Amino acid sequence: MKQPFPFSAIVGQDDMKTAMILTAVDPGIGGVLVFGDRGTGKSTAVRALAALLPAIEVVKGCPINAATRSDCPDWAKLETDTVEERPTPVIDLPLGVTEDRVVGALDIERALTRGEKAFEPGLLARANRGYLYIDEVNLLEDHIVDLLLDVAQSGENVVEREGLSIRHAARFVLVGSGNPEEGELRPQLLDRFGLSVEVRSPQDVAERIEVIRRRDAYERKPDTFVKRYAKEDAKVSAAIVDARGRIGTVVAGNAILGDCAELCLALGSDGLRGELTLLRAARALAAYEGAKRVTRKHLRRIAPLALSHRLRRDPLDEAGSSTRVNRTVETVLA
Amino acid sequence: MSDTSWHLAAAALDILAVDPAALGGAVLRMRASPDRDRVLAAFQPALPLRKLPINISDDQLLGGVDLGATLAAGKIVRSTGFFATPCVAVLPMAERCAPALAAKLCQMSDKGLTRGILALDEGIEADEAVPDCLSDGVAFHIAPEGRMPRDWPKRPAVDAGQPVAADEAIAQLTLLAARFGIGSLRAPLLAWQTAQAHATLQGRADVYSGDIELAAALVYPHRATQVPDADAPAEEAPAPDEQTQQDAGERDSQAALPDTEMLIDAVAALLPPGLLQTLGQTRSTRAAKGSGAGKLRKSNRRGRPLPSRPGRLGGDARIDLIATLRAAAPWQPLRRKQQPDRAGLLIRPSDIRTKRYAQHSDRLLIFSVDASGSAAMARLGEAKGAIELLLAEAYASRDHVALISFRGTQAETLLPPTRSLVQTKRRLSALPGGGGTPLAAGLQSAMTLAAQSAGQGMTPTIIVLTDGRANIALDGSAHRATAAEDAKTVARAIRAQGTEALVIDMSNRPQPALQDLGRTLDGGYIALPRADAHRMTDAVTAALAG
Repeated sequence: MKQPFPFSAIVGQDDMKTAMILTAVDPGIGGVLVFGDRGTGKSTAVRALAALLPAIEVVKGCPINAATRSDCPDWAKLETDTVEERPTPVIDLPLGVTEDRVVGALDIERALTRGEKAFEPGLLARANRGYLYIDEVNLLEDHIVDLLLDVAQSGENVVEREGLSIRHAARFVLVGSGNPEEGELRPQLLDRFGLSVEVRSPQDVAERIEVIRRRDAYERKPDTFVKRYAKEDAKVSAAIVDARGRIGTVVAGNAILGDCAELCLALGSDGLRGELTLLRAARALAAYEGAKRVTRKHLRRIAPLALSHRLRRDPLDEAGSSTRVNRTVETVLA
Repeated sequence: MSDTSWHLAAAALDILAVDPAALGGAVLRMRASPDRDRVLAAFQPALPLRKLPINISDDQLLGGVDLGATLAAGKIVRSTGFFATPCVAVLPMAERCAPALAAKLCQMSDKGLTRGILALDEGIEADEAVPDCLSDGVAFHIAPEGRMPRDWPKRPAVDAGQPVAADEAIAQLTLLAARFGIGSLRAPLLAWQTAQAHATLQGRADVYSGDIELAAALVYPHRATQVPDADAPAEEAPAPDEQTQQDAGERDSQAALPDTEMLIDAVAALLPPGLLQTLGQTRSTRAAKGSGAGKLRKSNRRGRPLPSRPGRLGGDARIDLIATLRAAAPWQPLRRKQQPDRAGLLIRPSDIRTKRYAQHSDRLLIFSVDASGSAAMARLGEAKGAIELLLAEAYASRDHVALISFRGTQAETLLPPTRSLVQTKRRLSALPGGGGTPLAAGLQSAMTLAAQSAGQGMTPTIIVLTDGRANIALDGSAHRATAAEDAKTVARAIRAQGTEALVIDMSNRPQPALQDLGRTLDGGYIALPRADAHRMTDAVTAALAG
């Protein structure tokens, strides 16, 4: 397989790139949903992100990427305590995937050849401590969505099937992409994504030409092209690691908390998850930018990402929900 | 014109054969015919062609456990995926291809796992076509018109023109795509690759202006969403000016480029007929076409597999092989001890698992009833009677029913989806009348309810009973024009959502405004001038069946 297209070589699409970086800074934000037209670089960005993420420490052979032996499940029957470095997992959840593949199932190989009852971990186990990427998330079968909703919420995968009774940690950042023209997403699933981004093809012709030029250069000589952007990528990667270390010290004052609450009230978003995500993401952004305090500037930047998918849909407002959020932000933070 | 389309088809196939992997492939929209056989025979890529059936399973497509071989060998044998052996995939009956398969193919193509896909589209109607994501990912859309000319496969005469620098060519193609309103950035990329492939085909290392012209003519026409305005190119596309200024030094090569205007003419001549008429609707028809996925979801209770259960084969029960093997697997060592002389797997009848699907898709009838003063005067009573009769029928077919009334300034959900006949009747008889007619609010509530129930796997149908004199706008203000406009907007939203709808006109004289509403909803319209409840019921039953 080819090396992925470098993250920093993606032209424009700043919202999408920022959102992805923020989830890398603070996985607790809870994922990104990228909705937009075809051919706007949604999948490219996700695959590029994988190359940026810092490595994680994992007990050797652990099926759920646990950091310590005690976190490893018993059924894995691990022999060693050796810890090795692994790249952060970015797991693709293909459309039409079966439930077995997602949650894990009886290991047929061992059952058939040795007559043993053993658990074969699924995609959720492999995505633990990493990313779970669903392309065309709006076309995903309902019963798989139901499964994901539960696991994404509880951070734990419970398997009760074929005489197996197993549970293991499954904490991952959910990244979904899709084209809204092909189907809507259920509000419950929408809510599980921390940030949402609407991407559009660039309207500026010069920008479009640059996109095609870079892509063409990449298609011709992937190695040279990747090398050319390696330095930029390394910079972003270092900034992410740096921000992770600093995020605990970033202060969010009472005034900012008030602003968050006021914004969400004015927009009428359901539940309190809006405020929480807004605050977390703003803090992550402040850390990434090297600021010591969260300011209104950060809120302004984050509000459309964190809130636009939590509004009740208004069929009469054709301007789109991010415009609505921006309008409210202007009035509330005026 | 028809000959041109055939010549372009020949060129597209030749170019595709050069580098099918980079170009993604093509959609060939033709009915099965000797002509199509000739076209297929003319397509000769370096890699072999292999048929990819549209009902291919994931195991076959992506690779998985090969059950037959596994059982024979007594150990796990994995099969390789479809694209493990390099080949150009031919996708027959591509217009029936499920969006899920198309999405998977596109993903594989994006990751560089495929070596080109030739989708054979036999669609007749305009909305019978290859899924959008697949046709976006492949370079060409070959749909020759009329009879095959005698001199086929003759390629169009291409004037090679002048050599063009790569950067210039990319700029030209991107600009052109923007002016035809092509949003996807894959299009210019594919066009650029087409131009390069055509140059290779001609035995040239450099791309010439003729290559670019041909590439644009092959890749852009079917993607175009607008016809460039020839009078005002400058303000629409400011970049070419910048470009010329930047590259003032390279004016010589600029002059050698095919003029953008000429390129536009070349592509515009090939635009599909009827583009202009459909332009305004592109969005809405596409949204409506989203029901391709939506409908599937609507009836999803049908396809949803339940866990398989122990059962006996015979009748229409289908065996769930994997589940059966799983059930049998743990017992193999024990049974082997009992029957050491028998070869192969030892499967007992008790291991057999059969497949089960939840089959029924529940229908939900959402009645949105106009209880305004004018309607009450007219025949609210009749409408109530009709609904009661419909309820009896709904009860017989175990349909769900929901009831919304609108009067005064807002709509109210009197009854959330239920199967309870008694409750519905009670609420209905208590339905009071009087006040203004907030038609838009009534429609909006029905739409929200429809969306919710569709998410729960029901198939909603909205039935609006009104006398059509909408006079309260969505914001509650009494303004006739705004009210009518709001009603129309919500109706469009309902249509975009893909929900079936039916308008029943219960005014004394049929209202043209309601006929319009029916059309906007893309649903039925029934006028009931002085009918009794029974006739109304018959009308609804007929409309729902049809």
